[in-house]
Amino acid sequence: MPDTKLLMTFPVTATSHTLAEYRARGGYGALEKALRQMKPEQVAAEVNASGIQGRGGAAFPMGRKWAVVHPNDGQAHYLCANADEGEPGTFKDRWILEYAPHLLLESMLIAAYALQVRHAFVYIRGEFDRPYRRLAAAVEEAYAAGYFGRGILGTGFACDLVIYRGAGSYVCGEASALITSIEGKRGYPRNRPPRLTVRGLYQKPTVINNVETLSNIAWIIAHGGAAYSKVGTEKEPGTRLISISGHIARAGVYEIEIGYSFAKFIHEDCGGVLGGRALKGVIPGGISTKILTASDIEPLTLDNRSLQTAGSSMGSGGMIVIAEGTCMVRLLQVLLRFYHHESCGQCTPCREGMGWLHRIIDRIVAGEGRPEDIERLYQISAWNDGTTICGMGDAAGYATSGILNKFRDEFEYYIEHKRSRCNGTLECPRSS
Amino acid sequence: MQHLIPEFEQLRARFPEAFTSSLVLPCLRRIQEDRGYVADSDIDGLVEYLGVPRIQVEEVLSFYGQLRRKPIGRCHIQACRNLSCSLLGAERILDHLSRKLGIAPGETTADGRFTLSTVECLAACGTAPVIMVDDTYHESMTPEKIDALLGALR
Repeated sequence: MPDTKLLMTFPVTATSHTLAEYRARGGYGALEKALRQMKPEQVAAEVNASGIQGRGGAAFPMGRKWAVVHPNDGQAHYLCANADEGEPGTFKDRWILEYAPHLLLESMLIAAYALQVRHAFVYIRGEFDRPYRRLAAAVEEAYAAGYFGRGILGTGFACDLVIYRGAGSYVCGEASALITSIEGKRGYPRNRPPRLTVRGLYQKPTVINNVETLSNIAWIIAHGGAAYSKVGTEKEPGTRLISISGHIARAGVYEIEIGYSFAKFIHEDCGGVLGGRALKGVIPGGISTKILTASDIEPLTLDNRSLQTAGSSMGSGGMIVIAEGTCMVRLLQVLLRFYHHESCGQCTPCREGMGWLHRIIDRIVAGEGRPEDIERLYQISAWNDGTTICGMGDAAGYATSGILNKFRDEFEYYIEHKRSRCNGTLECPRSS
Repeated sequence: MQHLIPEFEQLRARFPEAFTSSLVLPCLRRIQEDRGYVADSDIDGLVEYLGVPRIQVEEVLSFYGQLRRKPIGRCHIQACRNLSCSLLGAERILDHLSRKLGIAPGETTADGRFTLSTVECLAACGTAPVIMVDDTYHESMTPEKIDALLGALR
């Protein structure tokens, strides 16, 4: 059912993001409930019972992440919302930041109460201008209304929130790099263990959750973890925000119940491929997830367990639709240029490997490809897998091998004939 | 940057104690917003004000794509060329910008008005192709919309 909405529950208007309208929709009621009627451990228990898993890409259960933190161990604990939305194709968190900033703030307050966090952070990517301004205005409104600071809602609970703006770095969306960035350093990912929930920001236990994941907490507390666990599938409860773009008739952000039909979503809810062209492939959850062909998606449902049967995953919910006629060699070139540009340079396999992948694809596109290049791309992808501190090296390898697995013949054709088997373009005009 | 110190003090007050190191990035952002880039004298001032190692400030400046140590044109146009934008004509948009401005990506017009850059995914894929003019997104771009936008900026 696409009709079950937990987040996109109201019509977006010019003022629907304000505190007044959020409260008119019942906003901050869950915070009242948590602070007045529940102990912190009861809040954590409800979140655990909901079964919610992370929406940033890794799908880690939020309850298990939280369980590592001991609220009464005498240390400072930090909470951080990951709003560094940068996985290409993903723009769902931007929807929350722009249209429902108070939903995130209320949810963060509830999380901060459960984890006994005095200082919470939102790490927002540096390019986000309007989302930042909307969020900053919401924070000011919330402070003025007494939702942040000391003595929140007349209780003994105190929490402050800092918005931390990035400055242009894909890798800072990785949780440990994000922490390093908030420490005012270049965003290098850290080796784990120790987990960030043990030693995170300034070596203190730190919980980092994606914006969308956190934003579900208000609903979970208002309705109960058990009610939440009944939405979606048994193994993957809840809804997901899917941002869909590329060659699709109706691009945008959609909220779907987890387990919804993949094909129905593409062909009916989103109006099918742009210009009525045939579907060539779909990248289901940001460019780091493996591409699926039109026939792959037919039996699939929108949940990780289903997509895993086809070798892919829901990732960050950033879906990119590709029409028949698109040159997959040129497409891979765009992706590898990106990974090469964004490698932070800390780990040798990624720093060197991204450059090699990029140079090989560039020479194939230039008509100078060699027959052994396809195997080279595979080898470098495999060499990156699991040999770097963060998952970026792995991700570039998944993207590369995913495309080669499905469209190898196009690469062979390009190398042999020194030109694309398609017309060589990526663009599918909107007007066609 | 000395005139920004009162602002930096307000910023510092919002952070937990002992988070001085965290101020490097927001201070650099603010300096750049003020001057257009970060000058060597700003680095000196920030090192003295925060008491952080100079190498930390230099590392941050070289790591983050949005920070720069040299001035650019008065108007910074950045065109996304990641996948979703490419699928809807980012290359054509970039070519058009290049032709209209008479410069290649990475260059500044001779009169110092415009700098053209490419940028990776801006998370506006549903309204591709997207360009950014200074801090503002311009979405669903077409050559016609670019002509109108450049006309208004000139």
